Amino acid sequence: MFNYTFHWRPAFNALPRMFEGALVSLQIAVLSLVIGTAIAVVLALGRRSDNRLFYGFATGWVELARNTPALFQVYMTYFGLGSLGIHLDSYASLLVGISFNNAGYLAESFRGGLNAIPETQTRAARSLGMGATQAFRLVVLPQMFRIVFYPLTNQMVWALLMTSLGVTVGLNTDLTGVTQELNVRTFRTFEYFLFAAVIYYLMAKFITLSARLLAWRLFRY
Amino acid sequence: MLETNLGWNDILFMLKGAGVTLSITAWAMLGGTILGMAFGLARTTLPWWLNAPLGAVLDVLRSVPLLIQFVLANSFKSIIGVNASAFTVACVMLSLYTASYCSEIVRGGILAVPATTRRAARSLGMTYRQDLAHIVFPMALRVALPNWIGLVLSVMKDTALVLWIGIVELLRASQIVVTRLQEPLLVLSVAGLIYFLMSFPVARLGARLEKRWHEND
Repeated sequence: MFNYTFHWRPAFNALPRMFEGALVSLQIAVLSLVIGTAIAVVLALGRRSDNRLFYGFATGWVELARNTPALFQVYMTYFGLGSLGIHLDSYASLLVGISFNNAGYLAESFRGGLNAIPETQTRAARSLGMGATQAFRLVVLPQMFRIVFYPLTNQMVWALLMTSLGVTVGLNTDLTGVTQELNVRTFRTFEYFLFAAVIYYLMAKFITLSARLLAWRLFRY
Repeated sequence: MLETNLGWNDILFMLKGAGVTLSITAWAMLGGTILGMAFGLARTTLPWWLNAPLGAVLDVLRSVPLLIQFVLANSFKSIIGVNASAFTVACVMLSLYTASYCSEIVRGGILAVPATTRRAARSLGMTYRQDLAHIVFPMALRVALPNWIGLVLSVMKDTALVLWIGIVELLRASQIVVTRLQEPLLVLSVAGLIYFLMSFPVARLGARLEKRWHEND
């Protein structure tokens, strides 16, 4: 039917290496989500802050992260930061770029989550003798995470898919990077990348499923 | 430090790239919206044994990195021996990707119309088609349009990935300028500014529309 002979054997032989790459991808995704979440909490507070400097900084970050392509952000950390004398390797710049992106997107969902928590909760906590930080950490934050859990899992899948951008800045240890390296050696493009696509799909499904299990375990009353 | 070799020709070259970005976005949104509306409508009306596989296929498009989808589409094009340009491949693939998201938006909009409203329309003597055209469509549009504008923005950003299959769009154009001038920070900042200027007005429009339409809710 096609004027092309599929060669699946090299792709099957490469599977162990691709699984190793998949683990690296997952690692970057998890790390970037953790870093992104930590920054996003601060940014969300900044977006609600009366301090104009803090508000401006948070708004600038969020708008920049949401209105430019993720690939642009990765390029910026890889090529752009070099001009400022900050030289990151491709792994670090990918991690920084995706974390930057995650933080921007999550900050907006966190802000929505914080707005959904009634002011009375904070006041009740304060009148029970908690400090401002305690009230935020022990009362507001856990409730916010319950609200934003679904966007958070979505962002986790996004982060995993974004790790594939590493190949454009020369990362060769993650799943796409490994696949690309195999590809340039043999030019069995379709076979290798189809396998990579399947692995990405399975990982994305794994994340969604485990998040659902985790939510059921964490958020039952 | 402030001296630069970035000239008008480079800027013009980048703006041409921005034009390619915009035209890919437009084609992808056109194809994606038409397909997405069809899929979205199908997903609310088809029986479950047709609905589930369709949903699963559309879900695959959302769970595989777009970069890999582009590479696969491009090599598949060569395998089946179709003589299409990379630009066409990019537009087709991005349309499918957009359709997958758009179908969810359309489906959400249709499901947001209360079943009682539709039944009321039918009991007033409207046919199924009239119900769709005069009741469901206007009501679903209000729910779906803000999300659709969000989709336009995200597709515009996703077009950056087509540089991997050899299309010179805005980001690739600025990369070419960078290789010539060796001033990555400045050139990339200009590219970022262009992206920002392209998407920020649309984002503002979406936010305004959402606010105005939900004033009476």
